[in-house]
Amino acid sequence: MQWHSVSEFIHMGGYALYVWGSFGATALVVAAEIWQVNARRKAIFRSLSDELLSNPDAESRSP
Amino acid sequence: MNKRAISWFKFASPQNFYHLAGRMWPWFAGLAAVLASVGLWISFFVAPIDAQQGQGYRIIFVHVPASQMAMFIYLVMAGWSAFGLAFNTRLSGMMASALAPTGALFAFLSLLTGALWGKPMWGTWWVWDARLTSTLILLFLYMGFMALQASIDDPRRADKACGVLAVVGAVNVPIIYFSVQWWNTLHQGASVSLKGSSMATPMLLGMLIMVLAFWMYAIAMGLVRVRSIILERERHTEWVKHAVA
Repeated sequence: MQWHSVSEFIHMGGYALYVWGSFGATALVVAAEIWQVNARRKAIFRSLSDELLSNPDAESRSP
Repeated sequence: MNKRAISWFKFASPQNFYHLAGRMWPWFAGLAAVLASVGLWISFFVAPIDAQQGQGYRIIFVHVPASQMAMFIYLVMAGWSAFGLAFNTRLSGMMASALAPTGALFAFLSLLTGALWGKPMWGTWWVWDARLTSTLILLFLYMGFMALQASIDDPRRADKACGVLAVVGAVNVPIIYFSVQWWNTLHQGASVSLKGSSMATPMLLGMLIMVLAFWMYAIAMGLVRVRSIILERERHTEWVKHAVA
């Protein structure tokens, strides 16, 4: 184990801003993208089910 | 043709690929989570302090994976685009547009983590040198691809226009990769090549595991996003109505 205390780990040898900034930004971007692909999937499902509800017999009338 | 070749063609149809992607993405997402956990543990608790850069070098464990993903996703995107332009397959354009946002995010992260690394080591957030500038152009190419896609209503025509942009823009990727050899630059050369590595083993191992984690993540994101795109574009077909109902 190379860290002797939690504060030493957080301090990152004086590079805390840069190291945690990099890893933090990456984590934020990943979280935002996961949220975005979920939102897009929910949006298309909502839009499709609205369409089916407002037009329930579309299937039987379609050629 | 044997049976295997036929079954591959089967997945070229958006309907079949929708279901295949639905079965595949959880595996890639799970692998990404496991690999990222192991990679982060190595990054912070196994890899030793660097003799020259102290603890600051640990940025490498996100900077290198993000940068190489940004370049590689672009090549895959250009490959799908070229395939779509050549064979006029519907799925190709959907795959290319599913990859663009993930690639753009990695290009952005490459620039941001690079700036956060450059400030303490070079004394500047940014320089207009070949490696940094060509990576900025890569981000603009991704953004141009997405903007062009969004600006053309007919998705098939949008695929063609974006396909040309993606294929032409691919020339930038080797420029990024070889920029550190072709021009004088602040950016260091490659630490890992086919000839071997100049890095200590735990550092290299941690970096490679993080690279793999980013790969699995990008594949999972691409698959989930392409499923939404398939539903959006095939919304008037019977199978989509059955899939949603």
